[in-house]
Amino acid sequence: MKKENTVIVALAVLAALVATTWLILVAPGLGSNEVNMTRGVTQQSADHFELHMIVLWICAIIGIGVFTVMFTSIVLHRKSRNHTPAKFSHSTKAEIIWTVIPVLILVGMAVPATTALVKMEDSSGAEMTVKITGFQWRWKYEYLDEDISFISSLDPNSNAARQLNSGMVPANVDNYLLNVDHPLVLPVGKKIKFLITADDVIHSWWVPALGWKRDAIPGFVNEAWTNIEKPGTYRGQCAELCGKDHGFMPIVVIALPQDEYDTWVSEQLAEQGAAL
Amino acid sequence: MSTEVIHPDTHHVDDGHDHGDHKPSNFLDRWLFTTNHKDIGTLYLIFSLTMFFIGGSMAMVIRAELFMPGLQLVEPDFFNQMTTMHALIMVFGAVMPAWVGFANWLIPMMIGAPDMALPRMNNWSFWILPFAFTMLLSTLFMDSGGPAAGWTLYPPLVLQTGTSFAFVVFAVHMMGVSSIMGSINIIATIFNMRAPGMRLLRMPMFVWTWLITAFLLIAVMPVLAGAVTMLLTDHFFSTNFFNAAGGGDPVMFQHIFWFFGHPEVYIMILPAFGVISEILPTFSRKPLFGYGSMVYATATIAFLSFIVWAHHMFTVGMPLQGELYFMYATMLISVPTGVKVFNWVSTMWQGSMTFETPMLFAIGFVVLFTIGGLSGLMLAITAADFQYHDTYFVVAHFHYVLVPGSVFALMAATYYWLPKFTGNMYSEKWGKIHFWSSAIFVNVLFFPQHYLGLAGMPRRIPDYSPQFADFNMISSLGGFAFGATQLIFVGVVLHCAYRSKVKATPEVWEGSRGLEWTLDSPPAYHSFNTPPVVTHNALSRAD
Ligand SMILES: [Cu+2]
Ligand SMILES: [Cu+2]
Repeated sequence: MKKENTVIVALAVLAALVATTWLILVAPGLGSNEVNMTRGVTQQSADHFELHMIVLWICAIIGIGVFTVMFTSIVLHRKSRNHTPAKFSHSTKAEIIWTVIPVLILVGMAVPATTALVKMEDSSGAEMTVKITGFQWRWKYEYLDEDISFISSLDPNSNAARQLNSGMVPANVDNYLLNVDHPLVLPVGKKIKFLITADDVIHSWWVPALGWKRDAIPGFVNEAWTNIEKPGTYRGQCAELCGKDHGFMPIVVIALPQDEYDTWVSEQLAEQGAAL
Repeated sequence: MSTEVIHPDTHHVDDGHDHGDHKPSNFLDRWLFTTNHKDIGTLYLIFSLTMFFIGGSMAMVIRAELFMPGLQLVEPDFFNQMTTMHALIMVFGAVMPAWVGFANWLIPMMIGAPDMALPRMNNWSFWILPFAFTMLLSTLFMDSGGPAAGWTLYPPLVLQTGTSFAFVVFAVHMMGVSSIMGSINIIATIFNMRAPGMRLLRMPMFVWTWLITAFLLIAVMPVLAGAVTMLLTDHFFSTNFFNAAGGGDPVMFQHIFWFFGHPEVYIMILPAFGVISEILPTFSRKPLFGYGSMVYATATIAFLSFIVWAHHMFTVGMPLQGELYFMYATMLISVPTGVKVFNWVSTMWQGSMTFETPMLFAIGFVVLFTIGGLSGLMLAITAADFQYHDTYFVVAHFHYVLVPGSVFALMAATYYWLPKFTGNMYSEKWGKIHFWSSAIFVNVLFFPQHYLGLAGMPRRIPDYSPQFADFNMISSLGGFAFGATQLIFVGVVLHCAYRSKVKATPEVWEGSRGLEWTLDSPPAYHSFNTPPVVTHNALSRAD
């Protein structure tokens, strides 16, 4: 009996150790990995991050509360401690309490959740519009206010490295699978409306730093908007399974200050003019 | 299955005049033509365990390819076939038939009935399944390959599947027929065959949760059948139900699919709730806390499951009002679910607990299912879901409710009732080793996937940016270990059925309550030929 218990107790201790290691050592950062949602570079992404943290904490506290009671009971109310079982089998009062309190918590959660959602869905007052079309397996961007449009596909280096048994080391490829040949260039500090659609199957346009994803559906035009606060390069991916190369149609957004953006626009127009 | 003859004189309860042990001696008669609820239950359980390993080996392929960045083992299209098949096999081939197997074994014994109400249909609803799944699996060997559009079968993508698609649709139809027949049988049995005194509000929780599950199945399986039939005609007969260019609507498919799909997740979890509500009182030596509210909470969850479907579709571009409604309705589900968890904890509170393997799996269920439930509450928050949707955070969430949720409950049920089924005790030592290694590795497997999703890794991709490498490697290692651990389970079950020398008593467990424990272990081939007298203290509840 004793010997068998050793194995089992060892496994139980191991379980506790694994759990603790997770929570304390691994979770806050394994190497340089991100382990939490990004705060992003838009008001929306910040809102969604705050909302995420609020519900995460509420859930964590509820979970810890429930588990504390449960494990207290597991330690104290065991037969091996000669604990005699109580006889109670219900308590209307207790059951009303733990119906009403969760409802109140939910109402508390619903308030910020509603506010953030209402803000997200208000695309009025946009200063420029970009049409995004998903194809198997690339994106097309059309600047509806300028005469600019181009196709954006996985960059050639990633594409070579991602072939089955290419022998190339992904870590040595610049932004492996998150780099494109023609990034989407946008100005900062401007409310930009996106019209999102698809040509063949459903895709989903997602750049985490902007704070949302929106499906690109053939026959539908979805609306979304952004207002990027900080210049920089932001990367994302198609988020809806769209066939064999679903994992290989990334999105790169380069956000530029207005003057640099204007220069980029005139360069593009000149280039496209020359091409004609 | 033990095939030894039970001698009438060892009967614990008088089964009536005929100590019917009329097991057909011929193998085909016994198994192919059987109408016995116990044999059919066994067939279901063996079938689902087989599917569990087939679906599991597909998961191993997935985790092996995701072990590190770059493609090393399979082409992306085959990877997509693996994710699609893994889900279809696990949902329809492993978890659902396993619950039907337990329903077959247990419901007649729990309500004091001699068998299921419709025994021949029972035979048929099982024997459809091996054919359905052979057909589904055979698509992997066809020229056009198996389905690769995800188990959700979204058009237009799924319409790019080759001719094998017709086989997939027909297989889904057959699974639906099987589920509907099984459900009708369960409902008919519960409503018509209860022993005198077994009033509805005296039934064991497992019977209650299955009754409600059966109604869910009858309501939604035809919806799925209709949806896949429309896909079939779009694919082969030029209809345009879901083709925008022809005036159809691809989003409509998602609405129809999730009208089936959301209740489907409760179909997989409600019987688990029932099992946990049976096991915790036994090993706490204390009645189930709040039986009445448990029944009403289950019914409420089932009702709510019909009106929350579009929370799977927050990113398709619904109007604001729609998004708000589906968010609020989804959040509401956490109330009855919370009642269940609190009642389970109260059942344990002030008990006199022991920790045999079924109890360990039940406690593991309560803890890990709660984690999965809480991440589900997070996913309900629409604006945050614009980030979570279709990432590994979602993968982590539903695997927490399905693996340490449904599957742990299935394990708990197996350890709990296996001595009753076989007449032998399993090895407690190996059961505990199985539990602890499962509990460790399931977390190593799925917990890192929360981080991956939050950091931005989409689901259903065969290759990923090196920033996701560490957690994917940990997750894969956990996956391989979890998979290997399940071989212990097979060993324990086989040992219990064929090798174990320790005979089980009729009660098996010190604190067990319910009619099935008044029968011998194993019960006679035909039990309760005359209905038992249902007394108060035979049941697992006191109120
Ligand atoms: Cu895609
Ligand atoms: Cu759902």
